[in-house]
Amino acid sequence: MFAGAMKDKPFASRLTLEKVSHDYSGLAVLRNLNLVVQPGEFVVLVGPSGCGKTTLLNLLSGHVLPVSGKVEREGVIRTVYQYDGLFPWLTVSENILMGLRDEQDKTRRNQELAALLELIYLQGFEKHYPHQLSGGMKQRVELARVLAGDSDILLMDEPFSALDYQTRLRMRAELVRLLENRPRTVVFVTHDIEEAAQLADRVLVLSNRPATICREFKIEAPKPRELADDAVIHAMKLILQELGLNAHAAL
Amino acid sequence: MKENQPNSLLKAVAPQKRNGSAALLLPAGVVVALFLLWWAVSYFNLFPAYSLPSPLAVAKSFKEEFTAGRMVNDIIASLWRVVVGFVLSAVLGIPLGLWLGQHLAGRQAFVPVLNFFRFLSPLAWIPFAILWFHIGDKPAIFLIFMATFFPLVLATMSAVSTIPKIYFRVAKDYHYKGSELLNKVTLPAVLPQVITALRVSYGIAWVVIVAAEMVGCQDGLGYGIWEARNGLRLDSAVCYMIIIGVLGMAMDRLLAQLSKLPNVRWGYER
Ligand SMILES: Nc1ncnc2c1ncn2[C@@H]1O[C@H](COP(=O)(O)OP(=O)(O)OP(=O)(O)O)[C@@H](O)[C@H]1O
Ligand SMILES: [Mg+2]
Repeated sequence: MFAGAMKDKPFASRLTLEKVSHDYSGLAVLRNLNLVVQPGEFVVLVGPSGCGKTTLLNLLSGHVLPVSGKVEREGVIRTVYQYDGLFPWLTVSENILMGLRDEQDKTRRNQELAALLELIYLQGFEKHYPHQLSGGMKQRVELARVLAGDSDILLMDEPFSALDYQTRLRMRAELVRLLENRPRTVVFVTHDIEEAAQLADRVLVLSNRPATICREFKIEAPKPRELADDAVIHAMKLILQELGLNAHAAL
Repeated sequence: MKENQPNSLLKAVAPQKRNGSAALLLPAGVVVALFLLWWAVSYFNLFPAYSLPSPLAVAKSFKEEFTAGRMVNDIIASLWRVVVGFVLSAVLGIPLGLWLGQHLAGRQAFVPVLNFFRFLSPLAWIPFAILWFHIGDKPAIFLIFMATFFPLVLATMSAVSTIPKIYFRVAKDYHYKGSELLNKVTLPAVLPQVITALRVSYGIAWVVIVAAEMVGCQDGLGYGIWEARNGLRLDSAVCYMIIIGVLGMAMDRLLAQLSKLPNVRWGYER
């Protein structure tokens, strides 16, 4: 299925956490986490605000070193940051082109840039700077930047949180389609349970701080998945229950 | 679902000038009012003529200074000294500031000394300037350098050390290293603050040149004022003061153009 798009490069990706704990000057954030992300797997992290999801991504990418435990990674990692990951001194195009730094051929680079701008609906905004964009527009530029060029692992920290519902649905579908063409390992943080159920191969529910993985389940239904698919609805029920958000627990 | 096409990029980039005529008329009105006040004070002899020259006397002396060619000569001399001293301290100070911003040990070692010299008035160096460089351009350039180098280093350094961590994370994700990291991440990240620091230290330089030229030079705007004082020609001194103020403003306008560059606008619009 992927042979053509993957060129001849073998899909090298490894991402594991072994007994990882982390704290920020005394504030215990993550406790004794074990995680093995399979190559090509789409893992979604959900959990209460402030429980340590962003911290977990930073540990995976190596930007933060754990206080104890072992992190192993292999492959080219790209991150969609929760806030302000764009360089404010570069235009939309220049920010996206950062992802295409390894592409030597100029026409190919420009073709891919044009395709990405179309993907994120920002044609006509190529020469704008991030401070001239709305939050959702910035988020879409970040998305284009990580998708540009070749990478093995995507870490995505609430990448669609500022988008309107319609665009969010479309971005999910596009992400699934792009991953079909070029499989990558994805670790995706979201507060949107519907999003988790539609995208995940595996959902990890984190507990309150200090966070551990309090529940994980696999969603085996093939993608793309419709919102009304039984598998999606079933998964949403499970996640809601785990977060204590189902109707009976709410009050 | 596609976003509306922006009709003009310029419109979005340039700061909005809705009250263009007021922006010109208001300050012009204040200048005219001050001028009238001056004229009235001297017309009604509220101050004796020897302690406040009349507008007419100043206008005459303007004509005199310009036809004699002395004023133009002094302007060129002062501008040359300021530009050389200022460029010298920017060329040495900004790289040093960038380096210090990235090296904690360097900061710990040098910041106290840099601060010491920053608070030392450049005029305190006048005896040494004359002893080491005698008379002419050199002592003035030296004083300009001493006045601007330390604030520039410190401002650049503190700009570097406040660059948000996330930019370096992104830079690492996309494999920026070494000189590329410096030129494509660190420098553009501090550029807006460096431009502001350049404007501030240029202001210092322009103030210092007048004092410097009063002692170490045979020409220049400061020397012109000194000579006017010695000859009790206050009308000529006022000419020089007007020129100094106007030139200072003009140069600052010029430097302000730097902050209109599209890739630094972000630094001024939050
Ligand atoms: N650099 C830091 N220094 C000190 N404490 C931090 C730092 N970053 C995060 N924390 C603390 O760690 C905890 C987890 O933060 P983190 O950003 O990982 O949460 P999160 O799960 O991503 O939350 P959200 O869903 O709101 O984005 C928080 O309580 C926060 O106060
Ligand atoms: Mg977060």
